[in-house]
Amino acid sequence: MDQFNLEIISPEKSFLIKKDTIEVIVPAIEGYMGILKDHIPIISFLKPGIIDVKSKNETLNFYVDDGIVEFKDNNLSILTSNIFDLKNFDKNNIDRIVKNAEEDLKKENMNDQERFILDQKIEVLNSLKLN
Amino acid sequence: MPSLDDLRKRITSVKSTQKITKAMKMVAAAKLRKAQENAEKGRPYSEKMNNIILNLSAGVSDPHSAPKLLVGTGKQDDHLCVVLTSDRGLCGGFNTNIIKKAKNYFEKIKKQGKSLKIITVGSKGYDQLKRQYGTYIVENISFKDSKNINYFDASKVGGLIIDKFQKNDFDVCTIFYNKFKNVISQIPQAQQIIPLESVDKNKEENLEISYEFEPDEDEILSNLLPKNISTQIFKAMLENSASEQGSRMTAMDNATRNAGDLVDKLTIQYNRSRQAAITKELIEIISGAESL
Repeated sequence: MDQFNLEIISPEKSFLIKKDTIEVIVPAIEGYMGILKDHIPIISFLKPGIIDVKSKNETLNFYVDDGIVEFKDNNLSILTSNIFDLKNFDKNNIDRIVKNAEEDLKKENMNDQERFILDQKIEVLNSLKLN
Repeated sequence: MPSLDDLRKRITSVKSTQKITKAMKMVAAAKLRKAQENAEKGRPYSEKMNNIILNLSAGVSDPHSAPKLLVGTGKQDDHLCVVLTSDRGLCGGFNTNIIKKAKNYFEKIKKQGKSLKIITVGSKGYDQLKRQYGTYIVENISFKDSKNINYFDASKVGGLIIDKFQKNDFDVCTIFYNKFKNVISQIPQAQQIIPLESVDKNKEENLEISYEFEPDEDEILSNLLPKNISTQIFKAMLENSASEQGSRMTAMDNATRNAGDLVDKLTIQYNRSRQAAITKELIEIISGAESL
């Protein structure tokens, strides 16, 4: 199997480093994007959504708020300030974030992009709650 | 000549001071380990962020259309200086070193006849600068209440800077902080964050990889640059907190040792004067007996 390196970094620490990733699906701003080995170099933003990390033995899922993704020479770096492992992401926490997002959505002075991102956030989180 | 009683009191007081400094040293050492860990953990993020921006800015062909945060306003007239210091004292030359570096820079700017604005982060810096540069200080931020350094605080400062930049309040922004090298040496740094310091030309050559961008380049840059400012501030705050603890640890270690020396000296003095008093009494008795 073709494998590449993955590094997820938050400002506080290196969140995850994996050397045997096979596929990563990230919520890029213009739609979900799957990355396999030997992808062309790319830089993109993330919207709120789920990151799927597939490796030989396991599949990991994370929720991110925002971030930047860079792929170069078979090294994928994801920089994000807000990331949660879905395994220990409890319902109360989700409710709290959804509530905050809904509050924010009520504000007047907002451009379409911000509105879109908040909508996305609420949608993704609500779908998480159902599972 | 102090009396025996005075000496005894002084020795106890120096000893209790020594206990305090020793405890502070121990606390600082414990905190230092955590702060250092955090600073090291935080480095990859800011480095990666810088790398991405370098890659992006290398691809910017037309400097006129590039975001102003990257290339500046084209002028160099108004300077904003962000001085990051600690909220607590008793940490040796930590704050003084930053202030010294900053003051040198202020003087240079003033001599060139350019306008100066100062934001202080941390109360110690404000205390030291307000007398001489009080009129230049536009904002004084303190994170005394937040226990740990977090990204949220840094992004507040970052947001403030960007806000001011968009209002055309300044052209050049520099941050001052201490870079943590090791426990005994912290290097005061002046880092220019707006416009981003130009990259070494030879470095750029290695970075010639054509990226695909999604959305387009300009949009990514204009989103990324404000984030980078917050990241740089955050990095500075992490470095600063590690430096502060390191500096305090060294300072308190010195203080403890000094107190030990002082106790030794005072004990010798105490013993001597006690001996002298005994000898004096004996002489008095003997000479009294002789005169009979």
